[in-house]
Amino acid sequence: MSTSVRGSDTARPAAGASPAAGSGRTHRPPLVQRILGTNPLGWLFSAPYLVFVLAIFAFPLCFAVYMSFFDYFFAAPGANVDRPFVGFDNYIQAFTDPQVLQSFVNVGIFLIINVPLTVILSLLLASGLNSIVRFRTFLRVSYYVPYVTASVATIAVWLFLFGQNGLVNQILGPLAPSPSWLSNPALAMPSIAIYVTWKGLGFYILLYLAALQNVPTELYESAATDGAGKIRQFMSVTVPGVRPATVLVLLLATITGANLFTEPYLLTGGGGPEGRSASPVLLIYQQGIQQGHPGYASAIGVILVIGVLIIGWLQNRFVGGRNES
Amino acid sequence: MRKRRIAISLITAGIVAGTLAACGSSGGGSTDAMKAHGPITIWYSNNTQEVQWGKAMVSAWNSAHPKEKIKAQEVPAGKSTEEVIGAAITAGTTPCLVFNNLPAATGQWQKQGGLVDLSKFPDGNKYIEARSGDAAAQYKSADGDYYQMPWKQNPVMIFYNKAIFQKAGLDPEKPDMSTYDKFLAAAQKIKSSGAAPYAIYPAPTSEFFQVNFDYLPLLAAQTGGKTFIEDGKATIADQDSLDVANFWKTIYSDGLAGKEQYQGDAFQDGKSAMAIVGPWAIAYYGDKVQWGSVPVPTKDGKSADETYTFPDAKNIGMYTSCKNQGTAWDVLKFATSQEQDGKLLDVSGQMPIRKDLATTYASYFDSHPAYKEFGAQSARTVDDPTGTNTIAQMQALRDAYTKAVVNGSGSVEDVFKAAADKIDKLQAQK
Repeated sequence: MSTSVRGSDTARPAAGASPAAGSGRTHRPPLVQRILGTNPLGWLFSAPYLVFVLAIFAFPLCFAVYMSFFDYFFAAPGANVDRPFVGFDNYIQAFTDPQVLQSFVNVGIFLIINVPLTVILSLLLASGLNSIVRFRTFLRVSYYVPYVTASVATIAVWLFLFGQNGLVNQILGPLAPSPSWLSNPALAMPSIAIYVTWKGLGFYILLYLAALQNVPTELYESAATDGAGKIRQFMSVTVPGVRPATVLVLLLATITGANLFTEPYLLTGGGGPEGRSASPVLLIYQQGIQQGHPGYASAIGVILVIGVLIIGWLQNRFVGGRNES
Repeated sequence: MRKRRIAISLITAGIVAGTLAACGSSGGGSTDAMKAHGPITIWYSNNTQEVQWGKAMVSAWNSAHPKEKIKAQEVPAGKSTEEVIGAAITAGTTPCLVFNNLPAATGQWQKQGGLVDLSKFPDGNKYIEARSGDAAAQYKSADGDYYQMPWKQNPVMIFYNKAIFQKAGLDPEKPDMSTYDKFLAAAQKIKSSGAAPYAIYPAPTSEFFQVNFDYLPLLAAQTGGKTFIEDGKATIADQDSLDVANFWKTIYSDGLAGKEQYQGDAFQDGKSAMAIVGPWAIAYYGDKVQWGSVPVPTKDGKSADETYTFPDAKNIGMYTSCKNQGTAWDVLKFATSQEQDGKLLDVSGQMPIRKDLATTYASYFDSHPAYKEFGAQSARTVDDPTGTNTIAQMQALRDAYTKAVVNGSGSVEDVFKAAADKIDKLQAQK
């Protein structure tokens, strides 16, 4: 649409004039229209959200980028403090700090477990919930309850389940890992990933349930007529039919997973055994809020944002791309 | 359309850049405020005893100073008092006085321009040092001035459960745990007898402040009153520190302490026979546990009157956002007077950081014998440093501790040496 408007307004010669003579006298809309577009009222209607996005997201992001290039720290209003420009020093420090690198490895492990598990389980459970008749409401509510329950409350339950003398270890008996789940450097992050998957599942099931309503039943009937079994129908009809939802689930699970904070903070007491459950956001909190190094914390944050954007782009490219074609 | 996008981008960038520039600039402070008098606000801790003392103190001041009234409230809820204060400094919403300052955070708040230099009051140093004596010196900042008023402390000792000790065949009245070997032997006996699942259960988690309740009290005792940074250098790779760390490592590797975060109070629940606590615990445990207390152990043993520990102190900070700092200084002196200190001791059992505490409040300690040992211990305490990066340094220490001591990963010597280097680097930063 934008191309046709520009073509009609600027590139086309004025009526009655030869192209050569009229090339310098093309019709130009007023300045206000050129800046605000043909429907300036649209800006008015979208202004509240625009202001919200600018104030809550864009400004802090820009400010974080700014801080990351300075030895920045928060100061009292009017205080005469020195915050020298340090160039890329904060970024160099972040890329050479073993703790920061460890935290990105930790969150990578988390995403590798959490994201596929979230997509597969929520799609399977949503399909199941969509097809059953009895106890449907009860089951939907059951899956959704953990999502709406405060993390602090559900984490307490998981601590009792996965503690040294918790229910899980009692069931496992001699097979129980030592050290136990949350105090074991190798198992702390996978345990958190499973917890977060369980907690967020209800929300993603809802997304898939909504998407499943848009898959035409005729496709299932046709597939059945062609001799496709339930598994074949699921793979050939359901999975492609909910691809837009899958892209959304992938993106949301990745973004929320990359911003992991509450769970390692509460489940493993501030970074876990040998820092194996410390996430980048936990380090940002420690550096920026506790230790008074918000400039360095911002650099870690900017790296995280760029990383998430790259992963999101790849996911959209490889999972959502086929949909566009 | 493209030009329009460029125009919008330029306008947006201009607004953002302008705002950033405005935020990035900074002004100067005011010294006139130090002479100003009028109403002030204060925050105090939210524990029941301190609220009770705080209300009574405010009431006493307000009735005598109708033109300089105090408006008091508990520290607003947050993850921690330190985060609330840090945010309030940035926002310019700190009260005049906070009766809950963590000494380790002082340097950071000073750097933020949030704290008033108390030494700048004409009688600042004189008053602080007359009240607290030699103990005050450790609360000076790097520039030699006081940005905090030493207020009260909870010197930590080993609390033990007499019933569990008896069950384990240990002397419940005078257990000898003065050396590492004796402590470990007692701990093994508790575990092997089944009297309790664990001998002791300090929080094994990674929060920076946890070093104050396991490693640092024993370091203070072992070194005769030193902390993890002395003369601007980390001491954690020194032999005394390594002895302390290896002692705790044995505790964990022998299963004498839990490696997992305990949900609840392990000491009160009978899951551990001992705890490292201050005198606040006397009122807290009440009759729920029949307890006794001994000083923290050292490698070769020291008598109680030679043993140092961590004070778990909370001090008073005056904040630069205060307009009537003259009144705030008067209130500060009123709240730390002999009379008010006595009331605080009476209500909370916490020890005012005051020289000659035992003799000044002799009648209190006579009528409260349980507090006598803590009162005596309060004369030998060493607190965290007051540097700009103390919290970051404590975090580096804690990370090393959880790795090498709690989880037993790598040798204590190597891990602590690496942490010492990191602490020294942080020390060199402004």
